[in-house]
Amino acid sequence: MTTTYPQILFQNRHADRIATLEEYAASGGYEALRQMIAGGDRAQVQAAIQEATLLGRGGAAFPMGIKLSTVAADAPFPRYLVCNADEMEPGTFKDRVLLHADPHQLIEGMVLTGFAIQAAKGIIFIRPEYENAARILEREVALARQAGYLGEKILGSDFSFEIDVHRSGGRYICGEVTAQLNALMGKRPNPQQPPPYPTESGLWGRPTVIQNVETLSCVPHIVRNGAQWFKDLALTESGAGTKLFAVSGHVNRPGCYELPMGVPLSEIIEEHAGGMRPGSEFKACLPGGASTQFLTRQFYDIPMDFDSLKKAGHRLGTGAIMIFDHKTCMVAATLNLMDFFARESCGWCTPCREGLPYIRDLLQRIERGEGEAAFIPMLEEMSKYLWNAYCAFAPGAVSPLQGLLTYFRDEVEEHITAHRCPFQASGSGALDNRSQTD
Amino acid sequence: MLTEELRTALEAKIAGAAHPQEYVVDVLFALQDHYGHLTDEAVAEAAQLVGMPVVAVEELTTFYPFLYREPVGRYVINVCDSVVCWMDGHESLQNHLMERLGIAMGETTADGLFTLLPVCCIGYCDRAPAILVNKKVYGELTPEKLDDLLETLRREAE
Repeated sequence: MTTTYPQILFQNRHADRIATLEEYAASGGYEALRQMIAGGDRAQVQAAIQEATLLGRGGAAFPMGIKLSTVAADAPFPRYLVCNADEMEPGTFKDRVLLHADPHQLIEGMVLTGFAIQAAKGIIFIRPEYENAARILEREVALARQAGYLGEKILGSDFSFEIDVHRSGGRYICGEVTAQLNALMGKRPNPQQPPPYPTESGLWGRPTVIQNVETLSCVPHIVRNGAQWFKDLALTESGAGTKLFAVSGHVNRPGCYELPMGVPLSEIIEEHAGGMRPGSEFKACLPGGASTQFLTRQFYDIPMDFDSLKKAGHRLGTGAIMIFDHKTCMVAATLNLMDFFARESCGWCTPCREGLPYIRDLLQRIERGEGEAAFIPMLEEMSKYLWNAYCAFAPGAVSPLQGLLTYFRDEVEEHITAHRCPFQASGSGALDNRSQTD
Repeated sequence: MLTEELRTALEAKIAGAAHPQEYVVDVLFALQDHYGHLTDEAVAEAAQLVGMPVVAVEELTTFYPFLYREPVGRYVINVCDSVVCWMDGHESLQNHLMERLGIAMGETTADGLFTLLPVCCIGYCDRAPAILVNKKVYGELTPEKLDDLLETLRREAE
């Protein structure tokens, strides 16, 4: 028996098609916009978001209400809102599912947020692999415009707001806020170290708010139903709202599940994702995308909300849960992750550009049975340098490595002393056929 | 050479923009569709259209994985090699593709039909192992399903 919970973001989700504008409106969609536009009180939107403690769902968990408050009352115009639909972190696919389920809640969330900060334009930055979603958004944005929810003088008010869909050329770094702004301006997407923060000087030097798809999609529901209602959705005192958990790996039913914040990890795995596959036992998971640390068996019942994981020394990140079974070699899994980060490093900062390939090569040698005891302190030292890069992606990149060295040190040592991968025979082994020079 | 029609369409798109360079990636994608890949000529034309130095456009063409500076096949197959696909047999899938097509990763078949490229996580981890063919996703793949897919694509190309 699977425990059922209220579906908010997925209330109009169908197995085989997206929800129409009419279906969204019938479920209460665009009511919040009507109310706010009629009332004309911009501060009310921000107040509701802040009171609801809506934390950014893109990985950083920054409170959206506080971010909005950093757009100064006398900040220059035009102001911009950017929706980050670039989810490129391995394991993360929740925004894709959300965009294919009910895109109008994102559109309404963007108009409401645009209204709150008096933005003239919203831009959805989307990765090239999501071309389908980009087309859906273009079509639905046009429908919202026809219905008067977007464009000139929205619902007869003096507020005008447009939404554009911007297709990216790829690369993980584009999901980083400052890099994404550079990408939008046609520049090489290097990150920049603030200050100035984007809400002060972002796109074209103007105040710019950037939020994740899931975060913005929560906004209409909060404005319509109230901050307390949103908080009450969570199972824990420290959580607020629901969370989209994208579950993948060695489970029976990988997929995207909308569950209350604070739902235990064990329940997600055993009930919602259908349990471990036959012959598989839980060994570890990455709880929130590739830049979080491994959660081991000791955390099996941990409540999945931002605060509970933080207290345990972990991060909820994007809520993308990748589950590894007992036959998985954690050195090989970490090597794969480091290979991703090394390849995707934008190359702007030296610690990341030089450090990640160095780390990957050390891990590769360990996995091949060519490791030495001295490699472990070398790995620890190299991962510290990653904190000196400009953007948060660099320290994030070494999170799985730090998890490996904390929770699976014996496994690393076994590779070194036995001069071989102890999992090799089981087939979950090394990336033997991979080029080292990619 | 750009067709007059495409040039006019791109110019019209850019004309309404406060900052033409925000369209540079869109322009590059359009030119790539037109030429098959981004030739030297295409890069120069894109630079001229959006008013950027050629070197600034080149910074982008060499940075983004979906912009091709060299010729590619009619079908570009991106094989996801990130951690979830890796768990679910990316390696044997990739080996199967290389064997069937007789090429290594990064190469194009002699008949110009297929190019094999690695790609990092494409966001279809619930359907691992997955690949893209000209940006369209195919998931939960097995060697048999791959063979069927290659056959379908070959027939489609005839």
